Amino acid sequence: MAKIGVFRFLTGTEWKPSGGIYGIAPMILGSLYVTACAAAFGSAVGILTAVFLAKFCPKRIYKFLSGAVSLMAGIPSIVYGFFGLMVLVPATQWLFGGSGNSLFTASLLLGVMILPTIISVSEAAIQAVPESYYEGAVALGATHERAVRTAVLPDARSGMMAGVILGVGRAVGETMAVIMVAGNQAVIPSGLFKGLRTLTGNIVMEMGYAEGLHRDALIATAVVLFIFILLINILFSLSRRRVSQ
Amino acid sequence: MRSFSKPRKRPRFSFFKFVVRTAAGITAAAVLFLVTYILVKGIPHLSPGLFAWVYTSVNASLLPALINTLIVVLLTLLLSVPIGIFSAIWLNEYAKRGNRLVMAVRLAAETLSGIPSIVYGLFGMLMFVVYLNWGFSLLAGVFTLAIMVLPLIMRTAEEALKSVPASYREGSFALGAGKVRTVFAIILPAATRGILAGVVLAIGRIVGESAALIFTAGTVAATPTGLFSSVRTLAVHMYNLSSEGLYVNQAYATAVFLLAVVIGLNTLSGWIAKKISGGT
Repeated sequence: MAKIGVFRFLTGTEWKPSGGIYGIAPMILGSLYVTACAAAFGSAVGILTAVFLAKFCPKRIYKFLSGAVSLMAGIPSIVYGFFGLMVLVPATQWLFGGSGNSLFTASLLLGVMILPTIISVSEAAIQAVPESYYEGAVALGATHERAVRTAVLPDARSGMMAGVILGVGRAVGETMAVIMVAGNQAVIPSGLFKGLRTLTGNIVMEMGYAEGLHRDALIATAVVLFIFILLINILFSLSRRRVSQ
Repeated sequence: MRSFSKPRKRPRFSFFKFVVRTAAGITAAAVLFLVTYILVKGIPHLSPGLFAWVYTSVNASLLPALINTLIVVLLTLLLSVPIGIFSAIWLNEYAKRGNRLVMAVRLAAETLSGIPSIVYGLFGMLMFVVYLNWGFSLLAGVFTLAIMVLPLIMRTAEEALKSVPASYREGSFALGAGKVRTVFAIILPAATRGILAGVVLAIGRIVGESAALIFTAGTVAATPTGLFSSVRTLAVHMYNLSSEGLYVNQAYATAVFLLAVVIGLNTLSGWIAKKISGGT
């Protein structure tokens, strides 16, 4: 990394290994965009599903739904990727035009992949709220929905945050599923339906034939990825510490 | 679940309830769609050719990859299970509370478990394939995976050991058993199921792993002739089939197979874990 220059490496917008130009800004932005979109989708659906599971769910559906969630957690990422390649990519192409390999497709797929993480952590957080909070709210005349929304959920907020952060960590590190649907052009994504390349994708696409400085640049990419993950881990343990207090 | 009578419903339409139900519906629909789609597309293509002994470009057989997967799982467990269990024993039974080293090991395990598998793959490639000059080989893949599942095994084993009641230890000491004997004769048998559940979970991760293996174990679709020959596991096999784009039907069939294996393993792990909390 020193040979290229830290600053130039991190902010360079061109990645042309054949010309000796190494700038990973497109990949950093690609990872950030995909992760942000996936987290937005995943946390909205995930947290609400967790609320349903914890507070609104009839027992019969609960068994089915929680089984489905744990099944989802077990599906290998390569199977998700294949599904994305065969179903989501053509669907996006048909609905919105373009090649179908896009920020939108990748975020949708990743959003689904991080659902089980977010659901299970947030459900545990909601269940951990003392029942007396709920009872108190109901005793004051609130309806079931209102009691859940105003008394139970605010108390579970930091636990749900922890779930989202954990999901974000998974999304940043996901490799195989993303490279199958993201298009992998090493350019800054210019729109929701344009292709992009993530940090993980950058490593896996070129590691097979990289030599010398090119290989060092890929290792440096992994270092950047590693720092991202470390930051997320620290955030996660901070939010968990707040929960346990 | 609620121990008191339900609060009186207002007839008014509840937006919140609607949103929550929709979200749950989306989740359920996503799982159902994915699984049924793969099953419907894949099951018709589970032909005998897929299980031929030798991989050719005609039959795209998954049997060599399956055998490779089994070998990789076995060797990886052979490496990581003893290390994982013994370090868990040390953490839980021997180390003093508040020991600096314990904190360091815990922190390391926690950080390791968050690292993406591609980073493991890169490390494995640089360390084993290039630096130790093993080439793309079974051994390099196994070592990389062993490092990857070690934190998982260690953590679940530690949890299992923690759940053994303190009275077991006290009883054993009272009968005059030494520390080592207590650990091996009393605590380990009591914690077996929890440890097993963790091991099964680790197997699931190994079977589903692809990113860490492509650049360490390589992609040769044949059964290995030795520790240093390159192998391709089921997940890597599937990645190759789908990225080549020529064997879409076989890829579906492989996906069905992979899905069945992983779901089976997860159910097994859940069942073992449930037995702990329910049984004696």
